[in-house]
Formats: sequence, C-alpha cells, structure tokens
Amino acid sequence: MEPIIEFTDFTFRYRAQKEPSLFGINLKIYPGEKILIAGPSGSGKSTLAHCINGLIPGSLPGEITGSLTVAGLNPEKAGVFGMSKKVGTVLQDTDGQFIGLTVAEDIAFALENDCVPQEEMFRRVDRAAEMVQMRDHLDRSPAELSGGQKQRVSLGGVLVDNVEILLFDEPLANLDPAAGKRTISLIDEISRDQKVTVLIIEHRIEDVLYKDVDRIIVINDGRILADARPDELLCSDVLMEQGMREPLYVTAIKHAGCRIRPEDRPQHIEQMNLEPYRGAVLNWFENTPAPPARPAADTVLEMEQVCFGYSEKHQILKNVGFRIRKGEMVSLVGQNGAGKSTLASLICGFYQPDSGRILLSGEDIAPLSIKERGERIGLVMQSPNQMISKPMITEEVGLGLTVRGVSEEEVRERVEDTLRICGLYPMRNWPISALSFGQKKRVSIASILVMNPEILILDEPTAGQDYRHYTEIMEFLRGLNRETGLTILMITHDMHLMLEYTDRALVLTGGELIGDRTPAEILTDPEITERASLKKTSLYDLALKCGISDPAAFAHRFILYERSLRQTASGQGREVQ
Amino acid sequence: MNKKFGIREVVAIGIGTALFVVLTEIQIPIGIPNTYLQPRMAVMAFLAAVFGPVVGGVIGLLGHALGDALFYGGVWWSWVFPEVIVGAGIGLLSKSYKVLEGEFDRRAAIRFNLVQIIANALAWILLAPVLDILIYAEPANKVFIQGAFAFLGNIIIIGVLGTILLFAYSRVAGKSGSLTKED
Amino acid sequence: MAKLLSYEEKGTWIHRLSGITKLIFFLIWCALSALTYDTRILLVMIMISLIAFACSRTKWKQVGSVFRVIMVFMVLNLAAIFIMSPEQGCVIYGTRKVLFYIAGHYYMTREQLFYMFNVMIKYFTVIPAVFIFLVTTNPSELAASMNRVGVPYTISYALSIALRYIPDVQGDFHRIRNAQEARGIEMSAKARLGERIRRTASIIFPLLFSSMERIEVVSNAMELRSFGKNKKRTWYAMKPLGRNDRLVLIGTVLFFIAGIVITYADGSRFWAYWL
Repeated sequence: MEPIIEFTDFTFRYRAQKEPSLFGINLKIYPGEKILIAGPSGSGKSTLAHCINGLIPGSLPGEITGSLTVAGLNPEKAGVFGMSKKVGTVLQDTDGQFIGLTVAEDIAFALENDCVPQEEMFRRVDRAAEMVQMRDHLDRSPAELSGGQKQRVSLGGVLVDNVEILLFDEPLANLDPAAGKRTISLIDEISRDQKVTVLIIEHRIEDVLYKDVDRIIVINDGRILADARPDELLCSDVLMEQGMREPLYVTAIKHAGCRIRPEDRPQHIEQMNLEPYRGAVLNWFENTPAPPARPAADTVLEMEQVCFGYSEKHQILKNVGFRIRKGEMVSLVGQNGAGKSTLASLICGFYQPDSGRILLSGEDIAPLSIKERGERIGLVMQSPNQMISKPMITEEVGLGLTVRGVSEEEVRERVEDTLRICGLYPMRNWPISALSFGQKKRVSIASILVMNPEILILDEPTAGQDYRHYTEIMEFLRGLNRETGLTILMITHDMHLMLEYTDRALVLTGGELIGDRTPAEILTDPEITERASLKKTSLYDLALKCGISDPAAFAHRFILYERSLRQTASGQGREVQ
Repeated sequence: MNKKFGIREVVAIGIGTALFVVLTEIQIPIGIPNTYLQPRMAVMAFLAAVFGPVVGGVIGLLGHALGDALFYGGVWWSWVFPEVIVGAGIGLLSKSYKVLEGEFDRRAAIRFNLVQIIANALAWILLAPVLDILIYAEPANKVFIQGAFAFLGNIIIIGVLGTILLFAYSRVAGKSGSLTKED
Repeated sequence: MAKLLSYEEKGTWIHRLSGITKLIFFLIWCALSALTYDTRILLVMIMISLIAFACSRTKWKQVGSVFRVIMVFMVLNLAAIFIMSPEQGCVIYGTRKVLFYIAGHYYMTREQLFYMFNVMIKYFTVIPAVFIFLVTTNPSELAASMNRVGVPYTISYALSIALRYIPDVQGDFHRIRNAQEARGIEMSAKARLGERIRRTASIIFPLLFSSMERIEVVSNAMELRSFGKNKKRTWYAMKPLGRNDRLVLIGTVLFFIAGIVITYADGSRFWAYWL
C-alpha cells in the first residue's frame, strides 16, 4: 500500500529561528491508520502538524529540505487552501474555531467558501452533523453549547469536506474527562466508519488510549524518538524519559519492579493480562508506607449552606457547605456548568449569596467589598494574559500594592520578596514579553501573592497547557504550599492534577456538593465519578484486578510514592532561577 | 496604505467591532454634563494603528452604529460617519507606527497623536456639527459646543489611553533583545 | 450587566422578511425621519412604526430597559437644545409668539415648543424601527443578504464575526474587570482623571491582549477552512427575497419619495400648523 503521508529526510527551520525545528524526519503513515503523536512542548509535534496541513510554509514561512507528500500533494505547492480539501484540522481552542453564528453555519463554513450551492450545502451539513451527533442542535448558537459539543461541531466542519486525513491538535486540552472520553470514542467511530486517516497530537496518552490507536510516535527536539505499536511502546521507558505521563497503571506496575511485556497487551487495563504482575503489585502495595494522618489545622475558609441563583427558577448552588484548613491544597471539580466558577465568584464577592454564610478565618465576609476581599483572598485567572496589564515585571507584580497607596519603599521590598519566592528575582528587570508562558503564569501568581492573601484560588491553572508547562506550574504551586504554608484552592477538570497535587477534592455537580474526600477516594468511587462526569482512575481497575480490596489506599500510596520520587529528583537537580 | 486585505483584517474588524460594542458600557464622566470619555475610542484607535485605515474605519462604522443601537436603541448617524473619519484617519499611517514589530517609540507616538488630533478635529469640530445641522436641523451653537466637547473628550482618551495601550502592547507583544539574569 | 437587545425567533411575517429588507427599511426610515420636519409625515411614520411593532409581537420586556435609556437621552437632548438655543424655533419658522416668560433671556415661544415637539416625535418614529430591526433580524441571514446587495463578503462576514463574538468578549470583559477589581484596580473609584484613565488601561489592556490572541486563532481557523479562497462565497443562511420583501421594499421607497416630495413641496422642510 502507498503511504498517504510520507516524510523523507525532511528538515524544517522557521525563518526567525537559527536551528531547525524538525530534523531529518522519515515517517510513513498509511491510509486508515490512527496515530497518536506525543511529545513535550517545543518538541516539534505542532510543527509537524503544520507541515501536513500546509500552514507551513504557507502562513508560517521557513526553509524546507527533503520531501513531504500528503495525499498525493506537496503541501508547499498546494498551500493551505489546497491542503484543506485533503486534511481537516481540529484545533484545541473550541471557541476560536467556532466561527459561525449557529451550529449549521459553522459546519457549512468551508462549503460556503467553496461556493457550494445552498441545496447541496443543506444535504452535506445534515450528513456531517449526523456523524458528529449534532443533528438535533443545528440552530443552536455557540453560547448554548458545552465545550465538547463545540468541538464536535468543529469536527463536523472538517468532515463536511470529505477529507482524507483528520488532524487533532490537543483535542482534550479544554474538555472535562467525560467529554474527553466521548471525543475519543467519536474519533474512533469516525476513523472506522469514514475510513479516514487520523492523527492525534496529545500528551494525555492514557486518555487517548481509551480507544485503540495503531501507532504512537514520540517526538522530541525535532526528532522522532519512537514509532511503535502502543503495546510495545508502553513496555519501554521512552515516555517517562521524555517527561511525559504514561498511563498510571503502567507506571504503577513498573514501580512494583516489573518489566511489562507487549504480549500482555498493556494498551488497555481492561484487557491487559495481569497474571504475571499481580504478585509484585500486591507486594509493592503492602510494603509501601501508608500516608500519615494530617494534623488538623485551623479553618481558613468556610462555606455554610450557601445558595445562589441568577433567578428564582435557576438555582446554581444549593446548600453548599465545606471547610478548608490552613495549608491545605484542595481541588474543586465537576463538569462545565456545575457551579465551580460561580462558587469562586461568590467567595471573591463578585456576586452575593442568596442565603448562607461565607467565613474567612471565622469572620463573616458578607460586608467586605471586592477590593477588601482581594487583599485576603487571591484570585488567579486561567490565562496570565487575562491579568497582565503592565509591560514590566516589577510594575505588574507591584500593581495591587501601588493602587492601595502602599509606600514606594514598601512596594519595592514586598515585590522583591515575592519575586524571590516565585523564582523570578533574576528576571526582575525584564519586560514581560521576554517570559515563557509558565513564567508569565508565575508573574500573575506573584502579582496576587504580593498582597499576602490567606488563601489563593486558581481557576483552571493548567487548562490548555501541555505536560511540561503543566508540571512546571503545578510543581511551583506545590513548592509554595510546602514552603510558605499557603492555602490553595484550585478549580479544575483535570484528574491528574486533582490526584497528584491536591490533598482533598470537593466535587460539585448540578450545584450540589456530592463529595468531600481525598482525590484517591473520589476517583476510585464509581458512583461519584459517574455522577460528576469524572473519570475513574485506572489505578482503581489495576487494584481490583490484582485483588487489592482497598483501591483508594492503593491510589493514595501510589501518589505519595510518586511525590517522594519527584522530591528526590528535584532535591538533586533543583532548578535555581 | 495597507493594500492586502486579508483574513486577519476581516477578523480584526469583527473582533474589534465586538470590543467596541462591549466597551460602550464604560463611560468615564469628566465633570461636564452629558460628556464622557469613551475608552472604546481608544481601542478603535489602537486597532486602526495596528491594522490600518480600512479596519479602523469599518470598526468605527459598524461599532458605533451597532453599539448605539444595542445600548441606546437609536443610531445618531451624524455621529457615526465622523467616527469613520477618525478610524480611517488614524489607520492611514499604520505602517509607520510599527506596533507589532515592537518599535512603537516616542516619535511614533507623536505621529500617532498628531494624526488623531487632526482626524478628531475634522470629525467632531467640522463634520459632526455640519451633519447635525444639515440632517437634523439642530441649533448651530448647541451642536458646535457638543462637537467641541466630543473633540476634547476623544483626543484626551485616545491621546492618553490609546497611547498607553500602544506602548504597552508594543512592549509586551514585540520582540525582545538579549537579556541577562541578575543576582 | 447590560442586557443587550437580541434576536428572538417568533415566526411572524416580519420575522420572515429578509434581513436586508429590514435593514433597508430601517435606513430609509432613519433618513426620512432625519430629513423631514413635517409633523404630519412624522405622525404617519409613528403610526406605521407602531403597527409594525405590534405585528412583530415584540414584548415590552425585550426592549423596556433600553427604552428607558433612550428617554433619558431624549430629555437631556431637548433640555440642551432649549438651554443653548431657546430661539431656534423662531429662527426656523420665521415667526415668534411668546407663550410665557421664564427667566433671563428665556421665553417659551410657540415656535420653540413646536420645534422641540418635532424633535421629540422624531425619536418615536425611529425607536420602534430600531427595536424591530434588532429583535426580528436573524443575524446569520443578515450578513448573507448584505453580501447580495453588493456589500463585499469580507465586510459582511466581519459583521457576522462581530455578532458571533460579542457575547464572548463581553464575558471576558466582565471576568477581567472582576479579577482586576479584586486586585484593587477599580474604575469607579474616586480618583483624579489621569489616575482613572490609567486604571481603565489596566482593565482594558488584558482584554485587548486576549482579543489580539483571539484574532490570531480565529484567522488561522478560518484560513484552514478556505475563507477568502474565492472572489465570491455562498451562504448557508441565505433566504430568497419573497413577495412580502418586494412589497415592503417598494412600499418603503414609495413612502420615502412621497414623504420627501410633501416635505419639500413648499421649498422648506419645516411645516407648522399656523403657516
């Protein structure tokens, strides 16, 4: 069979850069294959995708050597428009690519631009909408849709063109776990029914592997490091070496000291033959210390029977009550629209609860203004670009103090202290434009920390981030929590974040608090995960299949063990910036 | 002049108009009755300076007409057309401001402000009152006073806020040279 | 949060008219209302507007809050006219009949009162037309029909993008404003003007920055789906002009011509019952 995509000794260098972003790539992909392309940020995986859909060199100019053929075309000659007939690209930003005013118009967008007559357009839009299960929502506007639905519309918008190749750029980045699962199932269905070739760029490997893929290609530093069937790849350590997350059960088995063999089919925990590993896993479980009990500290934030709704009929929060203790790291999880952001808005005073009380260190904060609360409760928004308003780091970090009339001398001192804590001190005189995304995120956190809040609330701190940025941000927050005893509440739909970085999880669904336990307990509870659209951790299945009666304890010990490994690692090669 | 009218310009008009409409919400009173500083003007000026005269002019037209209709339920056409002059006028020299290149400097800022003052003068001291008189037969002294205040308000908000935004964006989004870490 | 006027599907014959028909009606209505000072024509226009408004089955609660804003503006404008030009009516009509004395050089004349009455009813001719246009026009279809009457598709699509992203940008704006307020950057605070503008900058800059990023993402997404490939494009939401469209358009144009002819018949656009 002829490959549908063929890179031969392909090298690409962006015009503005000295070094090539892709080096001597040789890669063949055959029609109908489903491929996962994994790699850390800056590895070249997005560059590879842009070469295939023609954005390189069409919109992103640079120098190419070697050859590339995609569906019989040379993307360099065919250009973005030519390639769009063959390659459909679904981007990670579900709002940015939903351009139409309604579902139907968005699906029809490419047809409109090709001057397809209206009659034919109706037919083809109906068919594409059918494929992505949006047939009943054709008249909806994007504001009425969830992230997962918007993404399905985008998928419909490329399927409408009968493309031969589907390219997904981090499709799971902005979805809650249940929606992500649905996306992966849908991609799987379409790849089989429509006989298209599918390329998925993702670092959430376990989530993609929910359905079979044919091959995993690992890229780093512009080179292909591995190209193997999942069963083979998971047996090697290449993912871990490149700083990516393996499926948790695979890591757990490796921690137990086993070498996994491809013939045991490690791609899915459900089908994996665990016989050879059971003993070792059990043994590891019994010999790993149980987590120490946490000493109870004072309560920092307390919600008492809080109710809120924008109107009488539409109640968003119903009798929500919980306590957060000093020094805790807590996650607030639940699907989109469960009321997570509303809860944060109530705490910060953007809205007032209809009934119930919010206590900060025992004091009812109802009389405090937004600004007064802002001195004690720090809110960090999802993207640093939504907060940064000054071109220089010191100005930005000091802004909250300056507008409060704090003396120049004190502002300087506190800014410098905060910058030291956040590892930004050596860069204090830089413009913000010179920072990486992760550093900018730290600046936005520093600009809140400088006010010495009693609790820090972060809205989706890792949404849309790849694994390296994700780890950078989360390790930074963990360090802050450990070293300064800062209390942190994170709103998230990321199960890894919740499991690996927080002590406790609050689960909201339909405005009600249905869980308030350790993440390990929540994610091994089939009922709660089902109700709140969370995803049960694969450690649960592993534990049960190995005959461990308490999967939560297993998950908990696994996380602590991982943390201790990370601490040893960071203790040795601690990044000093 | 920006000859190539590409996708980016179309999107800039769309998003720019949305911004203009949304920011209609902010009106800063300056102590003179019925006269406000309108930050939306500064945003239009910014987009005109970055994307050129067509983008600036069309944002002025669509944004003003749509914003007024949505927020105030009426469209005062004699004040919509002058808005086009301001947007397009500021955009005329967009190439020389070099905002995206990160080279918006003091000289560019002076040019930007000279242009915006001229464009605003044409729009509010001349065109708007004349249109008011011709179209709506409003009293001359009233419309010239209103025009003068609009002129004043707009050159202040564009001159201060617009210039701040351009400097800041140019410094945040532009390229940066080599930097060294300090201890 | 300001509640914007927005399209609501109700399926009346006015809803079914093409967007361009309503746009042209609206523009002609604005033009005629601006040009004529013939009270009779203005009163007829109000009647027609109100009938159309009733036919569109627009509910008061869809437009009530905006209506109150317009009333405030109208009163302020009328007051400004009177304060600055109390004799404007006499200049226009060339006669002067004092009704009563107020203070200083302010007299209330019949001419001024009638002139201001005309200015006032002009508002009422246009308000229903604006409401009808905004709440009965399907935005998708409007862009399509604008393109058909000769507006370049790039511009009509830009309008479509604006309508698409207004809610998103508004959401961003409110989130950013709240977060900045929590940091202590308030716009409403009592501060000197310069400081106020600087604070406004701190709120607008992140919004502008995110919007510039959005422009980047949306442009790429559109390019990947062939926007701008051809000189023309077709429209999914295009509706053919129907019989009602033609009737409304012809009727509107005829009414406009008649209105202009009657207005200018005696060489002046001003009509008064005593002349």
